[in-house]
Amino acid sequence: MRLKGRDVIEITDLTRDEIEYIFELANKMEKFAKSKCSLLKDKILALLFFEPSTRTKLSFEAAMLRLGGNVIGFSEPSTSSIAKGESLADTIRVVENYCDGIVIRHPLEGAAKLAAELSNVPVINAGSGALSHPTQALLDLYTIYREKGRIDGLNIALVGDLKYGRTVHSLAYALTYYDVNIYFVSPPELRMRREVIEDLTKANVRFKEYFEFKDDVLSNLDVLYVTRIQKERFPDPAEYQKVKNSYKITLDLLKKCKHDVVIMHPLPRVDEMDYQIDSMPNAKYFIQTYYGLLVRMALLYAILGDAPL
Amino acid sequence: MEKHELKVQKIKEGTVIDHIPAGHALSVLKILGITGREGFIVTIACNVPSKKYGKKDIVKIEGKELKVEEVNKIALIAPTATINIIKNYNVVEKYKISVPKEIVNILKCTNPSCITRSEREPITSKFKVISEKPVRLRCVFCNNILELEDIEKQVSEKY
Repeated sequence: MRLKGRDVIEITDLTRDEIEYIFELANKMEKFAKSKCSLLKDKILALLFFEPSTRTKLSFEAAMLRLGGNVIGFSEPSTSSIAKGESLADTIRVVENYCDGIVIRHPLEGAAKLAAELSNVPVINAGSGALSHPTQALLDLYTIYREKGRIDGLNIALVGDLKYGRTVHSLAYALTYYDVNIYFVSPPELRMRREVIEDLTKANVRFKEYFEFKDDVLSNLDVLYVTRIQKERFPDPAEYQKVKNSYKITLDLLKKCKHDVVIMHPLPRVDEMDYQIDSMPNAKYFIQTYYGLLVRMALLYAILGDAPL
Repeated sequence: MEKHELKVQKIKEGTVIDHIPAGHALSVLKILGITGREGFIVTIACNVPSKKYGKKDIVKIEGKELKVEEVNKIALIAPTATINIIKNYNVVEKYKISVPKEIVNILKCTNPSCITRSEREPITSKFKVISEKPVRLRCVFCNNILELEDIEKQVSEKY
């Protein structure tokens, strides 16, 4: 399997075989996750974050450092020449000269694709507006695989802000590679984007849309993937006010689920989930962040690595 | 030949664009970038009767043979159009418009968060054609879908 030099802009840039190859690498990365190795020694990764991030930026940074590489970049456009009016295109054409790969997060949809078209070094999309977040989809799939032992045959609900949440868009596309039943549960105003629904229909994916939780859906679920309402992406604050607090995952609601349902969340969360759920063995959102480190180590190694593993 | 077409003179050499949806002839010329100041004779007939469509527009361009890829640009607003290449008063080639696979730099993405809407970036809009009848487009950068009404609205505003 050869991923060296590849851009990862959408999850569909990878095949199912390639995704599962990354999972195999991620399993192997476990031994380096708490120490350090030199698999990416002398490699430099540029992290260009035009939008706030905790997990994605820090896990890419940690992944690169654990692999023995180095990191440059910024986490605030105000500290770069963007603040002086420099375009993204110019920024990319400059930064590519300083590094072996670029990780980019940008508020505009399609920004990572533009970066990849311009850059001579591989570009990894770390979140492109409300559109997509392919490495989150990879780690979400890996979490399901690690926690359930398989992905095929599962009943998976994606809950919350399906309109502006980029993680659910990429995860929905990632799930098209698997034989699963998907349930989209959201307020009507935040239903799944039309183009995703069209693509899933074309790909013959089994999915249903719901605007509230139904007991027969809850009792069937293997995975409950909850998301936050993406307040920052609402063009109209009044629209946000209408839907905020429109859903909440509570202990009572979880009583209707299977005893071994896996609860995931890309984080950050605000108030869409009871904090009491954290102590349940079903709550996997913190280990999900650890799996994220393994997956990003695997991906960076696959794209930038020369040394044999 | 229908009687009404006699109102428009035959051309010796050039291109006749027939079966343009009624009322769209001027838009077709704008998309083709023909202003009338190029010097060649352009004849426009609007709302003439058509057996097939009820009404149609026709554009005759004297002395200019339009290339296929040039003409296909009008597919967005005139997918029913047919092209006749005329030489010495005879039709030497006749073909239907086909929708190109990509529409580049003609339309604007309707998603305000699309990178192509950023004035700062040196980027041209690019859409993949996902359906021909009706024409539906998908932004290559942000995946946003442009429906026929979005396309018609933009074309009528711009052209």
